[in-house]
Amino acid sequence: MIRVEVEKTLDSFRIDAAFEAASDGVTALFGRSGAGKSSIINMLAGLATPDKGLIEIDGETLFDSARGIDVPPHRRRFGYVFQNSRLFPHFSVRGNLLYGYRRTPAAERAVGVDEVVDVLGVAHLLDRRTGGLSGGERQRVALGRAILSNPRALLMDEPLASLDAARKFEVLPFIEQLRDRFGVPIVYVSHAMDEIIRLADTLVIVDDGSIAAVGPVEDITSRLDLRPLTGRYEAGSAFSARIVAHDDAYALTTLAFEGGELRVPRVDGTVGDEVRLRVRARDVSLSLSRPKNISEINILKGNVAEIGATAENSLSAHVDIRVDVGVPLWVRVTRWSLENLSLAPGTEVFATIKSTSIDRQTMGGQKNRDEPTETHPAEEEHP
Amino acid sequence: MNDWLTPVEIEAIVLSLKVSLWAIFWSLPPAVLCAWLLARCRFPGRSALDAIIHLPLVLPPVAIGYGLLVLLGRNGPVGGVLFDTFGLTLAFTWKGAAVASAVVAFPLIVRAIRLSLESVDQRLEAAARTLGSNAADVFFTITLPLILPGIIAGAILGFARSLGEFGATITFVSNIPGETRTLPIALYNLTQVPGPEDAAFRLVVISVVVALLALAASEFLARRARARVEGRR
Repeated sequence: MIRVEVEKTLDSFRIDAAFEAASDGVTALFGRSGAGKSSIINMLAGLATPDKGLIEIDGETLFDSARGIDVPPHRRRFGYVFQNSRLFPHFSVRGNLLYGYRRTPAAERAVGVDEVVDVLGVAHLLDRRTGGLSGGERQRVALGRAILSNPRALLMDEPLASLDAARKFEVLPFIEQLRDRFGVPIVYVSHAMDEIIRLADTLVIVDDGSIAAVGPVEDITSRLDLRPLTGRYEAGSAFSARIVAHDDAYALTTLAFEGGELRVPRVDGTVGDEVRLRVRARDVSLSLSRPKNISEINILKGNVAEIGATAENSLSAHVDIRVDVGVPLWVRVTRWSLENLSLAPGTEVFATIKSTSIDRQTMGGQKNRDEPTETHPAEEEHP
Repeated sequence: MNDWLTPVEIEAIVLSLKVSLWAIFWSLPPAVLCAWLLARCRFPGRSALDAIIHLPLVLPPVAIGYGLLVLLGRNGPVGGVLFDTFGLTLAFTWKGAAVASAVVAFPLIVRAIRLSLESVDQRLEAAARTLGSNAADVFFTITLPLILPGIIAGAILGFARSLGEFGATITFVSNIPGETRTLPIALYNLTQVPGPEDAAFRLVVISVVVALLALAASEFLARRARARVEGRR
């Protein structure tokens, strides 16, 4: 458990933030550029000093203004992955990877060099200088350097932001591997919701220097009041499901979740594995009776729970509706449909889902350090 | 080699190189310290330190030589102590010539190192801190290697300045054959008497060759260091 309560005034900007991050899994700090996310994570690392506050990890105090405690960064043992890799140019890749490892007492070296080199696929780069590496390779080496310092937690400050989309999807699986394999808690700063949905368990929304909301990713992203902060990108729902069967004849997988069952294109994994699903609001349509003779497989029955506000922008053709199908499911319909179907809170509807994407897979519902992690299924329909 | 150069010429070359190398060798650690203080620290008296370091750049070298003579002569306040405690005599010895060269070259060395210190990406040092490296460790494993091109550049400048040093040297340690008669002083000596024009010309050529060789060697070193810092080799 990482506990953070910090206050700091920077020129005209004020940070006053308090949250807790779990001892395993990924806690994401999400917010706009300039919301104060990086300042908060720098205070965690000891690279910036709060005016006032308290920082603890697993009961050990790293900073306490009341008691005058301020553990210097090199003794906090947080592995920090920066946006621009910050590899040391005068060392080889190997020299970079081993920099923190050599400074870890032998008794505390739980993470092995060979294992990390293997997981990150950097064996062929070891003797290279850092100058010739691609952006994706640099970030992989930076990840390896941080985890090899055997940290109590990994801090990542927009580690994918400097990469183009293709490189991003090259590096993302490696972060997932670190998360699942080494069991080190990760505090992940980002303003990209797609990364967070895929990686994080807990979401901390940072707005204008303070914490607007904290909670499980599924809950926070489905809250309408936070929509101005979480952004339109998501305009969709995320929820957990479990693999119940594979249908090899049709290459389909059946998933069970709180709202029933879904059949989706074949997902890698064994029966019982937990996956995180995302359904975009515009990939769902509504009808008042159960549709017949339709090509879509997944039709869920539910009730309209909430209708998004349209008054603020009455020029918009669309409106988002939250339908309760056992879990909150966001649906985007036209305002014309809203009126013509007379949709109102409580209306019984059938939601037809055109496609789903699997955002994340967790082995057997929990991290298992002994088994190798499955490769991630390819992104489905990524426009 | 003895067919090309006279013993007197060899003596002057060896002495010049010895004096310059010693001057640079002993200047570098304090120059790095001064550059670090000026580039990274804010403290009262910082401007004064900056001015004092730069003073030899603007003072007439003869004034510096005279100042050294007063200060470091055997009866001087510092020179006396050095002699009584360590038996060290600077005035009228080659060691004194090295001191004179060092003082004159010092501001050039500090400037070069300070420039490269200011261009070091301090975020790399912060990264090293998070990887378990304390302040001294960061300095020796990150900062120092990254400013190596600046240190080399400073050493080259200082070395070049030392090779040509004349005014402060002749004032402080005079013109003693085999002890303080460096290349420029030997050349000056030859121009003061009528006759040996060709001998003087030979010394000019030797000075040019020594300077070119030194510059070529330093360019080679600087290139290697730069490539290393930029992550190319």
